[in-house]
Amino acid sequence: MLSRRIVPCLDVRDGQVVKGVRFRDHVVVGEIVELALRYRDEGADELVFYDITASPEGRRVDRDWVERVAREIDIPFCVAGGIRSVNDARDVLHAGADKISINSPALERPALVSEIADAFGVQCVVVGVDSLRDEDGEWRVRQYTGDPSRTRALRKGTLEWIEEVQALGAGEIVLNCMGTDGVRRGYDIEQLKAARAISHVPLVASGGAGTPMHFADVFKQADVDAALAASVFHTGDIGIPALKRELRTQGIEVRL
Amino acid sequence: MSVVLVDAGGTNIGSVRYALQRLGTDAELTSDAARIRAASHVILPGVGAAAPGMRMLREAGLVEVLRGLKQPVLGVCLGMQLLCERSEESDTECLGVIPATVTRFAGAPGLRVPHMGWNTLQVTVPHCLTAGLREGDTAYFVHSFAVPTGDYTLAASEHGTPFSAVVASGNFMGMQFHPERSAGVGAQLLRNFLAL
Repeated sequence: MLSRRIVPCLDVRDGQVVKGVRFRDHVVVGEIVELALRYRDEGADELVFYDITASPEGRRVDRDWVERVAREIDIPFCVAGGIRSVNDARDVLHAGADKISINSPALERPALVSEIADAFGVQCVVVGVDSLRDEDGEWRVRQYTGDPSRTRALRKGTLEWIEEVQALGAGEIVLNCMGTDGVRRGYDIEQLKAARAISHVPLVASGGAGTPMHFADVFKQADVDAALAASVFHTGDIGIPALKRELRTQGIEVRL
Repeated sequence: MSVVLVDAGGTNIGSVRYALQRLGTDAELTSDAARIRAASHVILPGVGAAAPGMRMLREAGLVEVLRGLKQPVLGVCLGMQLLCERSEESDTECLGVIPATVTRFAGAPGLRVPHMGWNTLQVTVPHCLTAGLREGDTAYFVHSFAVPTGDYTLAASEHGTPFSAVVASGNFMGMQFHPERSAGVGAQLLRNFLAL
């Protein structure tokens, strides 16, 4: 049976793992390979590395650390940040990443999703979606969220964008619900359920994990394939082995 | 022992190579027919689509070379699919050393395609390649096309329907999942292959 995945997310800036609250005020939490190995040992199912500064500044992902991670760890990992072309994607995949995730550049030029899917297969194309509920009650997409001074609210509806990227060739969607991100009060079940209903590819929940119960809730109620979290893992507030045991006692299939 | 990795354009070649290095084996990446024929073990990794994969093998003049190999050959993910007769993916003729046709996962409510994540391996036929696998062991899969189960199936997995996770037909073997990304279980299976 296919397991639900627990995915620690490592936000990378200048070659180190950082974390901020609501995407702001980042502090360094550790060294990339060291944290990657720690999470592998604890039973993480997959890792995501977001170079949060890359996209707004037009920089490319530094491939040195991608290759170092690929040499050391034996679980899959995804790299996001500054991937703007098939060549950028090729560099990162050839360095050893299993998947690439694109977010702001896909909003700039949606054809990028198809180009990468055609070149390497849909299975390695993840589209990250940063979403916030506007005052009129609609969920809409945000762009350049790595830099608060450049973050833009788009007119594009979140669900509309999720349908569009699947048609273009996204093999997985990471929905980051910015309204719940960093404040540890639980995932945005309502929004994730709505996204689930229109996603035929795997859907990853992001933003809001604070307790093991939040993970159980998002798997049971929103039927997501994976749950991503950062700060609760970095601080050690939630240990992955204990989290997985708890999920299994609740009848959720996990890899122990 | 001399292990070679055949370049079929897969993006996971580096990862497979690193996984072998972690086991103490340096594998050479090559598309040279003589080196492939001379190797003790041949690995055909692969990520991507069947048609470009076969085109690369044809252009490198490797189709007959691979078909004629007598030593242990392991196809990984797309590499395993390329060992089959045909793939429904762009209706591609493949190497034909495993008597199977690769089919697409049927879309069904609640069934996500690609099949992505850790899934259970169930041994159907005992074989040296799967030695040490225990009940409930899982491996990491990411694919949209799959090989149906058949006489060649050594271990199966399930995503809507059962499909082949590990196959063998004589010296030609395949793993649909990524042993290089399947933690201890993957390392064990690669070790088994290298011991053949």
